[in-house]
Amino acid sequence: MSSFLEISQLHKTFPTPKGPLTVVEDFNLKIRKGEFIALIGHSGCGKSTVLSMIAGLADISEGGIILSGKEVTDAGPDRGVVFQSPCLLPWMTAFENVMLGVNQVYYTASKLERTQIAEYYLSLVGLGDAMHKRSSELSQGMKQRCGIARAFALSPKMLLLDEPFGMLDNLTKMELQDVLLDLWQRDQKTALIVTHDVDEALYLADRVVMMTDGPNATVGDILEVNFPRPRNRKQLLEDPAYYAAREHLITFLEERSHHRPHRPAQDRPPAAPAPSAGGLRKLFGSFAST
Amino acid sequence: MNSQKFDHFVRRFVDLILLPCIGLGIVLVLWSISSATWAKELPSPTKTWEASKPYVVEPFAKRGEMDQGILRFTWYSLQLVAKGYVIALLIGTPIGFFLGLSKTFTKIFDPLIQILRPVSPLAWLPLGLVLFISMGKEAGTYGALFTIAICSMWPTVLNTAVGVRAVPQDYLNVGRVLKLSRWKTLTTILLPATLPYMFTGFRLSLGISWLVIVAAEMLTGTPGVGGFLWQEYNSLIYEHIILSIIVIGVVGFILDRLMSLVESRFKTA
Repeated sequence: MSSFLEISQLHKTFPTPKGPLTVVEDFNLKIRKGEFIALIGHSGCGKSTVLSMIAGLADISEGGIILSGKEVTDAGPDRGVVFQSPCLLPWMTAFENVMLGVNQVYYTASKLERTQIAEYYLSLVGLGDAMHKRSSELSQGMKQRCGIARAFALSPKMLLLDEPFGMLDNLTKMELQDVLLDLWQRDQKTALIVTHDVDEALYLADRVVMMTDGPNATVGDILEVNFPRPRNRKQLLEDPAYYAAREHLITFLEERSHHRPHRPAQDRPPAAPAPSAGGLRKLFGSFAST
Repeated sequence: MNSQKFDHFVRRFVDLILLPCIGLGIVLVLWSISSATWAKELPSPTKTWEASKPYVVEPFAKRGEMDQGILRFTWYSLQLVAKGYVIALLIGTPIGFFLGLSKTFTKIFDPLIQILRPVSPLAWLPLGLVLFISMGKEAGTYGALFTIAICSMWPTVLNTAVGVRAVPQDYLNVGRVLKLSRWKTLTTILLPATLPYMFTGFRLSLGISWLVIVAAEMLTGTPGVGGFLWQEYNSLIYEHIILSIIVIGVVGFILDRLMSLVESRFKTA
């Protein structure tokens, strides 16, 4: 299996007044080209931190990330990021927001071609009629549609989605999941989505990566999701295997996420027991979101 | 006119005209009583109006260097303010940006700014005159400009700095993901995101520069509302002091309203 994205021995340490704090420890993951991965875990466990490091927006403390043969050192448009808050520039229209990225990536293309690229993706996400509205006038769901269009329009090697639908109501969320899957299938992108929604992870992903609780969070378990594509929400809900998978994920989150996975004693010293204080968890939450 | 519309009309009339007039009336009464009792030298409202009439009725007349219509004087003052104000913005905005962007820059200059900020225009003016002493006759004008600029700059500097610091990290991350150049990040992200703060600073700065002009004109004797006020004090024509004060207040109020309009346009952006 050739891996498109390889994360090896990834560590993230934050300095605190009480000394360095390891939020993510020894995180290893290989992702195939075209694969859709969901990263789930409790809020504040460090999953967004992992995504930020892949995006190049957060420094890597130790270890490395290789994306299609090149080490990740900085942010760049080869990784399209969809942020939790859609992060559109409110003084621009939806179209201008997408064009900002398109102009950067396709700087050799003619103005007409660039306009067409932006319009194409905006209409694919269903903003064909609203693309010239100021983004501050768009609803939350429309903003996130625009965020998705912006990420895809960069024609990135990889898509990184940081809880993209966390702020949306359930109906909008389901609509946007379909928009996302549709585009993903059309463009054959490799994608990584961070979420804490078990159903979202199962509906979207080929593999669900479960993270243990922080600090010292790492990969706790990986679940293969083999439902046929294109997926149909209704069929999925009738499939007993869906409930088994759901059960697996929820059991992990409720019971096993507190324990680090077992490793051979000679490999490395046993991990320190994770502090159980809820306050600490909150602290990491604020780190992870910055 | 239906009754609801009429009610609305009455309420607006009361709010915008009747109530403010009551306030004005109270001041006029106190003023009259004062001039009739304990402040004998204070001209009464009617005397003030009579002495001011030629300046108000012919606001643009020019009878002599220091004997001109009140709006003509105001116009001189506004021109001087405009120049000093523009200098303040041109210097203050970039300083604000640097303060917002660089922690080192802030550590170097912030203490200095905090110390210079509370210094009164009356203290800056003599220094300005000394600085431009080589200009000869023009020293007064340059000194006044210097004073206006340095006193009115601070709100722009500080608000711009706050605005730059308040740009959400998310917006900057967008710039990093798209690999925007420094210049592009500045013009497409930082500047538009900071504009509302900058305009708050610009409005406060304008208020201060109008405040300073009067002091500057009083001391340098350049023609303008402030110069007129000081001259009439020396000539014992106290009515014109009151006239000048009213004009200065009204003009300041209008300037502030105008800037608020501009500011609110950018707030919604």
